[in-house]
Amino acid sequence: MSIDQPIRVLVVKPGLDGHDRGAKVVAAALRDAGMEVIYGGLHQTPEAIVEMAVQEDVDVVGLSILSGAHMTIFPRVKQLLDAAGAEDVLLTGGGIISSEDMAALAARGVGRLFGPGSRLSDLADYIRTEITRRRATTRSA
Amino acid sequence: MRAVDPSTGAPRTGASRSPSFLAWQEAFGATPERDAPFETVSCESVPALVTAEDVAGMDMAAEIGLPGQFPFTRGPYASMYRSRLWTMRQFAGFGTAADTNARYKYLLARGQDGLSVAFDLPTLMGYDSDHAHSEGEVGRCGVAISSLRDMETLFDGIPMAEVTTSMTINSPAAIIWAMYLVTAQKQGCRLDQLGGTIQNDILKEYIAQKEFIFPPAPSMRLVVDTIEYASQHVPRWHPVSISGYHIREAGSTAVQELAFTLADGFAYVEACLERGLDIDAFAPRLSHFFNSHLDFFEEIAKYRAARRIYARRMRDKYGARQARSMTLRFHTQTAGCSLTAQQPYNNLIRTTWEALAGVLGGTQSLHTNSMDETYALPTERAVKLALRTQQLIAYESGVANTIDPLAGSWFVEDLTNRMERGAEEIFRQIDELGGVIPAIEKGWFQQQIARSAYQYQREVESGRQKIIGVNHHVEDESGDERIELLEIGIEKEHGQVAALQALKRERSAAKVAAALERIRRDAASSTNLMPAFMEASAAYATLGEMVDVLRQSFGTWRESPSF
Repeated sequence: MSIDQPIRVLVVKPGLDGHDRGAKVVAAALRDAGMEVIYGGLHQTPEAIVEMAVQEDVDVVGLSILSGAHMTIFPRVKQLLDAAGAEDVLLTGGGIISSEDMAALAARGVGRLFGPGSRLSDLADYIRTEITRRRATTRSA
Repeated sequence: MRAVDPSTGAPRTGASRSPSFLAWQEAFGATPERDAPFETVSCESVPALVTAEDVAGMDMAAEIGLPGQFPFTRGPYASMYRSRLWTMRQFAGFGTAADTNARYKYLLARGQDGLSVAFDLPTLMGYDSDHAHSEGEVGRCGVAISSLRDMETLFDGIPMAEVTTSMTINSPAAIIWAMYLVTAQKQGCRLDQLGGTIQNDILKEYIAQKEFIFPPAPSMRLVVDTIEYASQHVPRWHPVSISGYHIREAGSTAVQELAFTLADGFAYVEACLERGLDIDAFAPRLSHFFNSHLDFFEEIAKYRAARRIYARRMRDKYGARQARSMTLRFHTQTAGCSLTAQQPYNNLIRTTWEALAGVLGGTQSLHTNSMDETYALPTERAVKLALRTQQLIAYESGVANTIDPLAGSWFVEDLTNRMERGAEEIFRQIDELGGVIPAIEKGWFQQQIARSAYQYQREVESGRQKIIGVNHHVEDESGDERIELLEIGIEKEHGQVAALQALKRERSAAKVAAALERIRRDAASSTNLMPAFMEASAAYATLGEMVDVLRQSFGTWRESPSF
């Protein structure tokens, strides 16, 4: 994969919660930062999310979870991504997630998570840096 | 919107301006303004000064009038808070029905007037606690209610004929309400003694909060069934709370909140009229629910404009004859989206002036958010401070002593007029799209809100919109700003699932099957579904079982994702 190819991001709302303000704002911001954004919409199961990620051949999956179900959903999506051979896809996201939970999820292979008050530019910078690093690693491997 | 001079924010000079005004304008222009956008939180520019000349054309008697008199700009009642303060009603629910029952008793013991039930996401979406989609979500955002058994536990020891209860439930509202009514009957109450509200506003779910199950047409039928049943059997009940709160939280501006909410309400009015209900039989039981966001005067103007627009439409367009059918009464909640995770103690202050705006706008009931809600559901200590905020405003500030004290303020009256004109323009756009439901189907509301939300976020990102702790006066927060949080362990979910499965073994399977069959039959006809839901509730049929029957009868709804 070329290092200059546009970054493809799947932004999606898993679980039963419908509060999609954050997901939509992030999708618009990443689009305006030059990424190709696939917005997966609401109420998606981990299985459906991973299927979309593989079909759309994305570099990044971003989940928005405000409901408190993050300790169930992030590990499940990560596990399914790995099982589908998509372990190099960056799993990131945001929501109402305590720093303790963020650290616990990072230990299980989830990327950086963004809480309330995060800057959109920090999110875009993080994704760009992380994908550039991953692409360079893949190429040299 | 009235023209303002873009360089100064001052009203544009007109031929009618007095010499003293022109002198002021010159002096104003001679002093540089500080570096600020001078906009509301809705990104509307505001003038530096409003004078009597700006509202000179207003017919004060016709536009403002007196409290309790058409067009009710100054309030729905003649005496307002001089006879009775607003109802202090804190929205609460978490974990199991027993956990939430304990929180209700705690709040009632500290002077709260009414209850307000927050349900968890599985309940809101019509799934039982033991459904696969409920995993990890049981009791997290509210209380888990899967059957009449849970509802009985929720109100154990609480006299349902004396306390009014508001329930934030939408797609499955009719079923949850049936469970509430049956629980009250089992306590020995008569239906005509029960007071309270079910939110039951499905239109704003399609527009903003997105907790929908069925398509719009059968959903509207369920809403009209509850309105009809309430007007015939539960006369003190408010069967729908037409809600702008969630529209605003999703990112709309103040004027969008105002217009979208009122448009939804008029759509319910039209649906009830189509059913053949008399407007004065159901309109007195319609209630509204607005957000109170950060911009103090914009919010107050929004409430005052809402009452005036509603009164005019209800009388002139829908033919209401009784005053009570024309008066807009509303609940207010302070803006959750205005709170910050950074420097969380600041949230106490934000909530205080948002609550004050609700009171000065003449709200009938109020929920004040807790300072810790950007992290989790509130702790007991945090929710007590939130309740005390209302009590401080009520008993110490003095603002409840005089009715509509801001009336006649040139700025507030001018802003109220601008709100009304802005809403009328949005009504015109909705009419052009063919009405509320066609506009939902086209994704119009959803796009409008997403656009406003993104515009606001870019203002924050650029630093034009300043938020203390987020992009202004930012501090390192590793130390003293940490607060205690409510934790809900996964064992709550396991206990709830086990109890539900035990209930399913104990109850009469034959009674449940017969009751579910009646729901299927009534759903296929035009029979009001409330009696069937009550029979099924009494037989301990679960929420998920009843909703499954309706999913088969009505189908389900998915929106096409766009951003």
